[in-house]
Amino acid sequence: MFTEIQHGLSAWGSFDTWIVITAALAAMACALPGVFLVLRQQSMMGDALSHTVLPGIVLAFLMSYGLRNAEWISPSTQLATLPLFLFGGAVVLGVVSAMLTEFVQRLGHVESSAALGVVFTSLFAFGLLLIRLKADSVHIDPDCVLYGNVETVKLGVAGVPRATAMVGSLLVVNLTLVLLFYKELTISAFDPSLATTLGIRARIMHYALMATTAATLVAAFESVGSILVITMLVAPAATASLLTDRLPIRLVVTLAIAFITALVGHAMALTLPALVFSRLGFPEIKDASTAGMMAVVAGMLFILAMFFAPRHGMISKGLGQTRLAFRLACHDQLRALYQAERKTSLGATVEATAWTKTQGFILHYLATWSLILSQQIARTAKGHKLTSRGKRAIEQIITNVSDDTST
Amino acid sequence: MSFQRQLDWPSKTGSFAVRRSAMQTAICLLFIVWSNQEITAQISPHSEASGQGHQTTSQKPAGSLADNRLAWPAAADVKRVLLMQDYNTRIVLWGTTTLGLAAGITGTFLLLRKRSLLGDVVGHASLPGVAIAFLIMELREPQSGKWLPGLLIGASISGIAGMVSTVIIRSCTRIKEDAALAITLGAFYGLGIVLFTIIQKLPTGSQAGLGNFIYGNTATITQSEVDLIWRVAIVAIVAAGLLFKEFGLLCFDEQFASSQGWPVVLLDLILMGLVVAVCVIGLRSVGLLLVVALLIIPAASARFWTEKLSHMTFCAAVIGVVSCYVGAVSSALFSRLAAGAVIVLTGSVMFCASLCFGTRRGVLLRWYTRRRLNQRIATQQLLLAIFETVETALLPNPQQALTDVTVTLEDLLPKRSWTAKQLRRSLHEAQKAQYLASHPGRGHRLTAQGGRAAHRAARNHRLWELYLLQHADVAPGHVDRDADRIEQILDPEIISGLESALFKKYPQMAAS
Repeated sequence: MFTEIQHGLSAWGSFDTWIVITAALAAMACALPGVFLVLRQQSMMGDALSHTVLPGIVLAFLMSYGLRNAEWISPSTQLATLPLFLFGGAVVLGVVSAMLTEFVQRLGHVESSAALGVVFTSLFAFGLLLIRLKADSVHIDPDCVLYGNVETVKLGVAGVPRATAMVGSLLVVNLTLVLLFYKELTISAFDPSLATTLGIRARIMHYALMATTAATLVAAFESVGSILVITMLVAPAATASLLTDRLPIRLVVTLAIAFITALVGHAMALTLPALVFSRLGFPEIKDASTAGMMAVVAGMLFILAMFFAPRHGMISKGLGQTRLAFRLACHDQLRALYQAERKTSLGATVEATAWTKTQGFILHYLATWSLILSQQIARTAKGHKLTSRGKRAIEQIITNVSDDTST
Repeated sequence: MSFQRQLDWPSKTGSFAVRRSAMQTAICLLFIVWSNQEITAQISPHSEASGQGHQTTSQKPAGSLADNRLAWPAAADVKRVLLMQDYNTRIVLWGTTTLGLAAGITGTFLLLRKRSLLGDVVGHASLPGVAIAFLIMELREPQSGKWLPGLLIGASISGIAGMVSTVIIRSCTRIKEDAALAITLGAFYGLGIVLFTIIQKLPTGSQAGLGNFIYGNTATITQSEVDLIWRVAIVAIVAAGLLFKEFGLLCFDEQFASSQGWPVVLLDLILMGLVVAVCVIGLRSVGLLLVVALLIIPAASARFWTEKLSHMTFCAAVIGVVSCYVGAVSSALFSRLAAGAVIVLTGSVMFCASLCFGTRRGVLLRWYTRRRLNQRIATQQLLLAIFETVETALLPNPQQALTDVTVTLEDLLPKRSWTAKQLRRSLHEAQKAQYLASHPGRGHRLTAQGGRAAHRAARNHRLWELYLLQHADVAPGHVDRDADRIEQILDPEIISGLESALFKKYPQMAAS
């Protein structure tokens, strides 16, 4: 198995390094605004925007050719500026869709996810119709304009692929913006009314964030494809939110997770399919979609964090709950013995307390054993009795409880 | 190939002057989108046949080809489409409207559970299931991978898995619903893409067109799919009918339902199972976009019209059916309109109309109610302010009546925090209601009716003030300072007690 992995990775060349760098930069660039989107509970924005940019691209395309046919710009300028037009159209529609969603939600008191759903399906349908009506004979392949592929990075000027330079500059811009507006972003994400009273325009921050996100997403769509972008917008930020409570640390952790996801994703795309499918009898399968595998890895990292996160993980939470239940079971048993002892007032021994439905018998016997081991109760012929140590413990608990209830 | 055609667009600059301004950019855009007719003439006929719009219109005379973009179809065509005489039209109409019905009903519950985007997630999450089902069937027996029921079962299972994982993420961690949906969507869709790239490299060769095979298109819907849609729709209607009360309880108060002993998890699973069924069959027959839209838009539109769950379900079903019908018919009549997109856009138009004109939560209605309330409060405040002014003026000579004193704008302006403009508008409204009579140059005077109203407003207002002072510990929530309903809310004894206190404080109120 290890030889197979080695074999898969042995083909790693500078091309693969560029893929990982591009994907990692794109993932980090998306994850940064993603942290704030997750805080504001607008994570589905990525998926919605990947649809709503379609009419923007079609309109920009038509406008570009319209200007050319109206002889306002020359054909060569038109061809040169076409990518810029498409990018601009996509960004504009991204911002428009964010604003429309907000508008529908505010005006109609529609629930936010429903508003998003209405807006993005409508805009996408509008884009499709526009293609059918106007650009039927024109080759606008949204897949091609919109969705790049991280596996097809081409070397550009000075040995750096164009897509890499693009997402790299995106990351730099986003980092600068987040550092510059860190306080404003944080306050308006956590408490918009407080932000307003402090003189920060929460509304403006919201639209600025939406515009940045839309621009980032569109640029990243074009460089690395939609699936990677949609996932990377949310998954690293959500994973980081399970790992830490402090926002600055969360930002750093998010970036780290985005990087790890890209690296591991590409490595797994090269090795895992061959590993699985050679056993199933298909030795032809060597590798699989890198972007898809990165999304899967992002999901797997999230599942790992979901189980093993130090404070918010399911295992640590479950352990904490079990510990609490165990302590309560011990207390219950001590209390039952104490009450029985006081009721009889004669003998120090009483029957072993029966396990109750709320505790379950496993907890009950565990508690009994631990109490015997810590010498708080002692086994007798008929059952258990409190030792002096146990009596002190239960009296202390009872006083504490009565103190708590009296205060 | 098609760029070439684009280059040949005839220049239309002659029709408007060449001025380079931002305005013209906009005009140009509109111009291109809506009125460039020449392009139509160059459209090759095969583009109509390929894909979305299904053609039922008969061949146009050659002369009108140049300007037949969205030309009105002949009466005979309209009749044929409306009476569903064409097999193709009939299939598409039945299929989409039935799907609209089922999606409208299930979407209602989805919306109320605040899970509208679940349809989107299930749609994407079904991708790996399709791939895995294909792989399993291929491994068992080569060339059998495209057995449709197997693929649909795979899609359903992984759709359910995606749905369950969002529920687990949301309920077991601190992650909110939206992030849970987005992560599930991304991870499942990513897995699907990975598997599909692998399938493409398989040497069997039977995988060609698998993507299109499972992700359908409204225009290419077939009889067998319509039959499947019918069954799903009947199941959805029967389930919603039988479990209506339970689903309602689940939507509005899940905790209450579980405390009453209902099997909440099971009910939730049944409801979500219905959603997955609608999604998967819709995905196969009409495509992802339309299913997602049909699950969200009709339900969201219906919410504006009613506050009752049964009415809302009915209304959503009707809106779903109507938008599907209109979309399918117009796509049959105008061959250039894609059915799926037109259905969604019809739904959007109905949503916008509901948003504006809805009789329960519509924007116009809310705007009107708020305006009326504001007006009423403004009039009340105006009368109070006038009463206070007149009252002070009357103190030296108590034999005069309320209606004898003239008040001016300047008297009233400092009484409340209103601007002169607002005050003037309120004065105008009060005049229209015949509470005030205007005396040009001197100001306004209360009419007899206005005097009564002002006195009554002041009395009620002051009674409430006294109530707050004396009985605030009883029920401060009762207090409605501007309401005329003090007699209906408070006991007669309390009112008479308050009144005697009032007359002690303001003796002049007892006199008038």
